[in-house]
Amino acid sequence: MLIELEKRKEPSKAMLYLTPVIAVVATMLAGAIIFSLIGHDGFGAVRKIFLAPLLDTYKWQDLGVKAAPLILIGVGLAIGFRANVWNIGAEGQYIMGGLAGTGVALATWGMTGWWILPLMCIAGIVGGAAYAGIPAFLKTRLNVNEILSSLMLTYVAIQVLYYLMRGPWKDPDGFNFPQTRLFTDDQILPTVIPSTVVHLGVPLAFVVAIAAWFVLSRSVFGFQIRVVGAAPAAARYGGFNTNKTIWAALLAGGGLAGFAGILEAAGPFGQMVPQFPTGYGFTAIIVAFLGRLHPIGIVLAGIILAVTYVGGELAQSSIGLPAAATGVFQAMMLFFLLATDVLVKYRIRFASAAKAGDAA
Amino acid sequence: MSNDIKPRIELKGITKAFPGVLANDAVSFKVEPGEIHALLGENGAGKSTLVKMIYGIMQPDAGEIVWDGEPVMVANPKAARKMGVGMVFQHFSLFEAMTVLENIALGMDGSLSQSKLEEKIREVLHTYDLKLDPHRIVSTLSVGERQRIEIVRALLLEPQLLIMDEPTSVLTPQEVAQLFETLRRLSKTGCSILYISHKLHEIRDLCEAATILRGGKVVGECDPRKETPTSMAEMMIGGNLKQISKAASREFGDDRFIADGLTIAGQGDFGVALDDICFTVRAGEVFGIAGVAGNGQNELLLALSGEEPSSPADAIRLDSHAIAEMDAVGRRNLGLCAVPEERNGHGAVVDFSLTDNTILTARDRMELSSNGIVYGGAARTFAGQVIDDFAVKTTGPGSLAGSLSGGNLQKFIMGREILQNPEVLIVSQPTWGVDAGAAAAIHQALVDLAENGSAILVISQDLDELLALCDRLAVINEGRLSKTLNVGEATIDEIGLLMGGVHGDPFATAEMTEAVHAH
Repeated sequence: MLIELEKRKEPSKAMLYLTPVIAVVATMLAGAIIFSLIGHDGFGAVRKIFLAPLLDTYKWQDLGVKAAPLILIGVGLAIGFRANVWNIGAEGQYIMGGLAGTGVALATWGMTGWWILPLMCIAGIVGGAAYAGIPAFLKTRLNVNEILSSLMLTYVAIQVLYYLMRGPWKDPDGFNFPQTRLFTDDQILPTVIPSTVVHLGVPLAFVVAIAAWFVLSRSVFGFQIRVVGAAPAAARYGGFNTNKTIWAALLAGGGLAGFAGILEAAGPFGQMVPQFPTGYGFTAIIVAFLGRLHPIGIVLAGIILAVTYVGGELAQSSIGLPAAATGVFQAMMLFFLLATDVLVKYRIRFASAAKAGDAA
Repeated sequence: MSNDIKPRIELKGITKAFPGVLANDAVSFKVEPGEIHALLGENGAGKSTLVKMIYGIMQPDAGEIVWDGEPVMVANPKAARKMGVGMVFQHFSLFEAMTVLENIALGMDGSLSQSKLEEKIREVLHTYDLKLDPHRIVSTLSVGERQRIEIVRALLLEPQLLIMDEPTSVLTPQEVAQLFETLRRLSKTGCSILYISHKLHEIRDLCEAATILRGGKVVGECDPRKETPTSMAEMMIGGNLKQISKAASREFGDDRFIADGLTIAGQGDFGVALDDICFTVRAGEVFGIAGVAGNGQNELLLALSGEEPSSPADAIRLDSHAIAEMDAVGRRNLGLCAVPEERNGHGAVVDFSLTDNTILTARDRMELSSNGIVYGGAARTFAGQVIDDFAVKTTGPGSLAGSLSGGNLQKFIMGREILQNPEVLIVSQPTWGVDAGAAAAIHQALVDLAENGSAILVISQDLDELLALCDRLAVINEGRLSKTLNVGEATIDEIGLLMGGVHGDPFATAEMTEAVHAH
């Protein structure tokens, strides 16, 4: 029996939607086997990580809070990825957005007014977008690969964060801890569901995803993004400027990552701390691909990844799984997704042994 | 041929299937020693698949290849070469930055010292009277000379059967004549030649026998010397050939589309600079630009369509507008539409539906969008209209552009631009790789558009096409455009000389070009 890959005449729509599901199921199976082999309760771990957060209604609020930044950043990255602009540095843009918003918060400390929070959000968006503007400038002017420049700028952003926390922005009444003052009531996102941790950023993420869906599927800008990614020569023929598209894609991705940054700072954190970078910017790459670069898919994928975060914490406390297990599961998901993606354009054919013998 | 001589190669019931198509269906024919045998058929008739199996690139699903009377299994190209099969591909595989000698050395199966190899190369060059300097760098050579490298590479192996795949599509008429001389000489030494083409007059000139393929099947065999091009074409397409109906005497309107001193510096190492291009296309006129590939046609199309804006603004004019500095969108809004040579990924996005492909160029003129919002319904309707009016074979506006055959996609692209009712239409290689039926439809649509008062510019390497279609033409060679010729008065020889004559002999070319200009 020979297994052959045969090119499909048209990419399979069914497989396009099915492969993310296959990837998640394969991750659960492989994870169970691997963790069993290294001496943990593998199936228990999978149940804890993937099912417990969904079955426990009390954990749903955590899912929403974790999913919100993943969805926001994932949507922004998907815009770039569709245009073949590979922004890998969303983590840095997320930090810079958080820092820019924090800067506004510190400058308005002690003031009151409804305008402070919106101003912080705008600063966050602008900060993230401006930081993504660096790779855009390098790419369009000097043809520097944006994968490298955006990724490396992430580590610059982390150092900027550390510097500000230990120096200029350190809380003067904070017993020398490297962190900022706590934000005031006018600088903190309000909770939208009473007596939960669900803050305003959660519904905002869903609104952004729906707006992005409309823009990508119905607007000329969305068409431009898709055509530049699919066929640059055709885009030029259609009158779309490649450099402008690169700028737009990076600014959109950076802006949304920066927005996610300030929503985290003004939401769950309530201040800026050195532990601010939690890897959302990198995990959002998995979210974007698992969601098929489609905003609605990304909402679902964002929730799935949020499940692994929440479940990973549960598994740590209840069955003593190492903290790195969450990362292992997330990475396996991307791995299986990329591996099964071949089924979108190819079908598997089992050539009979007899026929193979004929040909030999 | 007497009966005791075995055919050089005989194919018996060769069948090869790909997903969705039967590329070869029980194909049988034979080639005698020393025979120049034509394999004739439209694009997609299965010619390439067939020779790939003879050369060992693919294996047949069923059937038998008999070589000098012995059934053989050609496992790979190396085995084919060992057997005595040489092949010259349509697309060359040469390293631009290396010399002729180095390129040939790289392609040899055995190892041979440089000096030994050079000696052998010179011997082959001498025997067949081919002009080629083994120490020249490939990037400095013309397409005709590059093809000679491939021929020499094949001849070094002293083949018993040489397969030539569409060898003349990149040559000037003079180079074609030279190639035929070489092939005739070769066949006299007993080497069989399998010559693949759809250019009928060439086959009539060169070949002694022909096998005609249609839809993967052998539909006829003939002696091309006893046939007319029309009779062979009708066997090839399996029907009557439509002639372009074009009013004999037509009135032309005002000067509509003008290039006046268009000059653009070449980009990169292999880009061609455009030097002082001047022409005028009148309303209602079809104007042709002939030339061998790679002489600035691509650069010219990009400059004229607006993909590469240039200055000064009045180097290109549409009616009274100076447009050279405008981008493609601005020009399209003034009524200038264009169809590039490459369909896949330039004229159309293969991963997009036909509906989405209408949005690519027709979104403004056909009001498929406004205020930045795309109207999906309007686009679908327009795509449907293109499909109906131009008889595009597809399952509907929702199918992917990449699922259409080359000819059908070309018809769709042409239809998309023509239905926008452009004032000026620029088309590059309108029927490249398109079957005869679709080509006739495309030609007719261009002529009809001109009759409605549009100015049409056709850039093509196919002289027959230009002569049939155009009212006037000019020739592009190394980025310079010749004077304009009236089609009725120009001869093929004259145009051929303007195309660069026999490449690789600059003195002769210059002399001949001068002679033509004086003429």
